[in-house]
Amino acid sequence: MLQAYASPLERTWFYAHRVIAGLILLFLILPILVIVPLSFNSDSFLMYPMAGASLRWYEEIIGSDVWRNALLNSLIVSPAATLLAVVLGTLASIGLVRSDFPGKALLTAILISPMVVPVVIVGVAMYLFFAPLGLAGSYTGLILAHAVLGVPFVITTVTATLQGFDYNLVRAAASLGANPVLTFFRVTLPLVAPGIVSGGLFAFATSFDEVVVTLFLASPGQATLPRQMFAGIRENISPAIAAVATILIVLSTLMLLTLEWLRRRSEKLRTGKSR
Amino acid sequence: MTATTLTASDAAAAPDERTLPLKTRLQRAERRKKLLHLALIAPLAVFLLLTFLWPIGALLKRSVDNPEVVGGLPATAAALAHWNGQGLPPASALAVFVKEMEGARGSTELASAAKRLNTEMTGYRSLIMKTARSLPLPDGSNLQEGLAAIDPRWGETRTWQVMARAGQPYTSYYLLAALDHAVDADGAIVAATEDQAIYLDVLGRTFWMSLVVTLCCLVLGFPLAYLLTSLPTRSSNLLMILVLLPFWTSILVRVASWIVLLQSGGLVNQALQALGLIDEPLQLVFNRLGVYIAMTHILLPFMILPLYSVMKGISPIYLRAAQSLGCPPFQSFWKVYFPQTLPGVFAGSLLVFILSMGYYITPALLGGPQEQMASYFIAFYTNETINWGMAAALSTVLLGATLLLYVVYSRYAGQGRNAAKAR
Repeated sequence: MLQAYASPLERTWFYAHRVIAGLILLFLILPILVIVPLSFNSDSFLMYPMAGASLRWYEEIIGSDVWRNALLNSLIVSPAATLLAVVLGTLASIGLVRSDFPGKALLTAILISPMVVPVVIVGVAMYLFFAPLGLAGSYTGLILAHAVLGVPFVITTVTATLQGFDYNLVRAAASLGANPVLTFFRVTLPLVAPGIVSGGLFAFATSFDEVVVTLFLASPGQATLPRQMFAGIRENISPAIAAVATILIVLSTLMLLTLEWLRRRSEKLRTGKSR
Repeated sequence: MTATTLTASDAAAAPDERTLPLKTRLQRAERRKKLLHLALIAPLAVFLLLTFLWPIGALLKRSVDNPEVVGGLPATAAALAHWNGQGLPPASALAVFVKEMEGARGSTELASAAKRLNTEMTGYRSLIMKTARSLPLPDGSNLQEGLAAIDPRWGETRTWQVMARAGQPYTSYYLLAALDHAVDADGAIVAATEDQAIYLDVLGRTFWMSLVVTLCCLVLGFPLAYLLTSLPTRSSNLLMILVLLPFWTSILVRVASWIVLLQSGGLVNQALQALGLIDEPLQLVFNRLGVYIAMTHILLPFMILPLYSVMKGISPIYLRAAQSLGCPPFQSFWKVYFPQTLPGVFAGSLLVFILSMGYYITPALLGGPQEQMASYFIAFYTNETINWGMAAALSTVLLGATLLLYVVYSRYAGQGRNAAKAR
């Protein structure tokens, strides 16, 4: 904060810093704001000033088999991949947080390595490996691949949540006669649920935005939404792309708000407990 | 599991848990718990092993695999393995070769073996095809002379040396090629010829572009993260949403937006023209600049978040103490505050650098041929020219560099976390 006794130079610097930070925030948010109005353009150019407002591009993508099919494919692959990643990732996180064995750090690093391995390498490796098994060009292959990419996000969020989890609650449940399974579902799960949901949202967003591995693995009929956008941007970038982009922006805003709500809720729970 | 842990006195007793000493019972309970935890990790470990680690291992192995000649001319490859590489191969090996060529004529295996040989020595493909067409040799003729009559190159030691080398089950050819080197006819490692030496350039470009993007992210991310830490929680949370919204928005949406913004009639050019800074629209996209702008935009949150979390843990007391002791504000920032942010600077920079090294989509959509990074060539060799050995070798180099940095990153991230805890 600016102190009352600040020198003129400090004052200048204080305001300059705010202006600079404001410009950086503009840089971050402008691309997202700029494309939304263009999706309502009555003209077929992605340029300002707009000719007029219309919903024709939304009608076009809703009426188009290609885009409907892409949305359908995304809605098949992403939820399935998320479910797989969340179940496997949550179980492993519980095991990782509670146990201590030599090589645990290495194992954790390996389990979250899909996050850092360049996606093209993942795509090529999976394509060459899945093709002889008949899994290339199948929904199964795509779901498995997207689950792999989502797992690291589940592990990092769920282990972070579990580290703040009080295990005396589990001991209390056990001392009151609950068996481990019951304890898990009635005590552990409700408390770590926000972390699991956050991890799931991350995994879903990863899969819903995944294009590189899909480029290698999906058959032409299995193009997901981002895959179709990739083709659209490459061939002919039209306001239809802007319309899809707007829908995706609305979706990501919803996910972000859900996440923010979960974070505040768990923060409130935690501070409530310590009181 | 039971018998080995019992003490001698317990061995005779019934294995009733309650009669065992407390220590043994605790040990057993501990071990059961350990096994349970391992059992929880096991499904994911097996899943990743089968769908991730194994495929990547198989891909890396392809960078040293050499299946073409072994597959197309197996007996010849085996026969040449015993040849000492001097003069010409013995007549027995030549006989195997001639017989195998006759049998393999027109097969796809022979064609791929010929293609592979051609990569080692230009003209080898036509030599193989021509020889296959001209066989069989007239009855009773000398094999060596007969082959030399089809093409004099069969009389040269080098031709056979190349085949012997290409006939080995493993090769360093692709990995060396990925580093712009090759094995010459004498078996020495030499720099590749100029028209083939493109990969070090590609790798250098990948490194350079990642470095520029990392620096841009640091320059933009540091002041913003600093502002976010110095603001009251309510407003910093609000501004944080502006950082996180792009983070959550699809990369393709952002790429499309940048095309719209940066195109010659786009808002940026319009604004620059309205301000009178330029007369003609600038070429801002489909070149290096466009790739830098979009990649910086996409990766900036990955820099801001670690910086923010480290800065959040720095107590403002140090800065105040420095100033109260008479240190001027800028110097106290530089000497007292900045060094404490270094764990965040390193963690964020390494993360951004690691991620940008693997970028494919953004350069592919926003760049020209000169902007394509290593990933593009891996995809190119897999999809377009079906040269899996080369794709695998480039993957090995890129993955090696990435994992090396990842190890460094885990160290730093761990240290940062410990430092935060210690505070």
